[in-house]
Amino acid sequence: MKGRTLGRHFRESIKSISRNGWMTFASVSAVTVTLLLVGVFVMIMMNLNKIADDLEKDVEIKVFVELTADEASITNLEQQIKDTAGVAEVTFSPKGDELNKLVVDFGDDLQLFEQQNPLHNVFYAKAVNPQETEAVAKKLERLDNTFEVRYGEGKIERLFSFLNTGRNVGLVLILALLFTAMFLISNTIRITIIARRRDIEIMKLVGATNWFIRIPFILEGMWLGILGSIVPITLVTVLYYNVYNLLAPRLQQGKLFELLDFSPFIYQVNGLILLMGVLIGIWGSFMSVRKFLRV
Amino acid sequence: MIEMINVYKKYPNGIVAANGIDVKIEQGDFVYVVGPSGAGKTTFIKMMYREERPTSGDILINGINLATLKNSKVPLLRRQIGVVFQDFKLLPRLSVYENVAFALEVIEETPKVIRQKVMDVLELVGLKGKARMFPTELSGGEQQRVSIARSIVNTPKLVIADEPTGNLDPETSWEIMNIFEEINARGTTIIMATHNREIVNTIRHRVIAVEGGLITRDEYGGDYGYEG
Repeated sequence: MKGRTLGRHFRESIKSISRNGWMTFASVSAVTVTLLLVGVFVMIMMNLNKIADDLEKDVEIKVFVELTADEASITNLEQQIKDTAGVAEVTFSPKGDELNKLVVDFGDDLQLFEQQNPLHNVFYAKAVNPQETEAVAKKLERLDNTFEVRYGEGKIERLFSFLNTGRNVGLVLILALLFTAMFLISNTIRITIIARRRDIEIMKLVGATNWFIRIPFILEGMWLGILGSIVPITLVTVLYYNVYNLLAPRLQQGKLFELLDFSPFIYQVNGLILLMGVLIGIWGSFMSVRKFLRV
Repeated sequence: MIEMINVYKKYPNGIVAANGIDVKIEQGDFVYVVGPSGAGKTTFIKMMYREERPTSGDILINGINLATLKNSKVPLLRRQIGVVFQDFKLLPRLSVYENVAFALEVIEETPKVIRQKVMDVLELVGLKGKARMFPTELSGGEQQRVSIARSIVNTPKLVIADEPTGNLDPETSWEIMNIFEEINARGTTIIMATHNREIVNTIRHRVIAVEGGLITRDEYGGDYGYEG
């Protein structure tokens, strides 16, 4: 194909968009509504996923050091914990600090114990993969000079299974929504092309090859996808900007979890919306034209 | 230039539309194809531009055998043949100019040549002033002239017309016939299926009568030959 023919196809596709008026409007509306739905949903799911990650990261293993351990064995233990496979980070908290935490939580009465602190020195460890916390804790239990290892047994298993279910449900919902979007959009485009099946027959009778007919339609599908993603991209951006500015400062105080940062995230979502629009537009046109090219 | 050898065509529903047709048409001929409805006239025409494929037998056009022509080569055949239809078959969203230009865009002609050839041929059919109008804004006769312009813009050696005056009033039909006469005078072969007795009997040319899937009569300067 010559360059000028490709240029001709581009001009033809744009001409067709404007001359088809209502058909273009119908397709673009369908694309707009579906992509908006997908965009908002993806935005929510990604943030819920982020929150789940944050919650998981807060899971800690608490290693109580034997009361009899001297300073050398404590340093030794710290090294051993660090060397244990699956441990991400370790922090040491001497028993004095532990008591202070209790005093803060339960009141000054406990200050009496400062003379004779009955608490243990403690290491706080985090697993590289929070889901493996239990296995890592088991390993730490076997080290010398550990008195006890705690990691919220029972509770974190329930937390993890809850979060995992949530993630799977979200994934299934997104896939279902994507599938619906593809079906809806390609169907609308198919209707606009069915209205032009006679045109396709005529083009073939005049001696146009299949690709000569197909390319303008495919380009038209691409334009429909791009036009249809303008409104969703704008709305999703404005929406997230406002939600982020409203919620982010409040969540930061709790420190438990945060929303995804506005800057890279919104571009990713917008890119996804545009890509989906274009791909579905092209795919819808391609499939619909294919049917009528067998004249 | 056109030769049909023992052509047989049976449709999936069992109807036999061509039952052993042998015919030869020379370059520059003007041929009327006449016959009652459902006699195989349209099939005879359609097989020449490979809208239909013969069940058996050979069809040769300019040395190309249509019976064995691959689907992917059909566009190349159609670029060598101009086809005019009873219902015009214009692209409704394209202007008169664009409809005619389409036949040249298909062969990737340069914009300069396209402009020149399209304007020339629109002048020939008398529609130069309506180049920017759309098919729906034209009368039936004007639409048929656009269709003829499109069929000849590529200067094919053969123009096939399937009842080109079927949807037109008598006066317009004569205008259309004058254009076909002029095209034929330039050396182009014309094959025209028609029901128009008056035209066939007035402008005398070779007449091929098709009945029951067979050629029952083939005479130069013949008349329409059917009553009523």
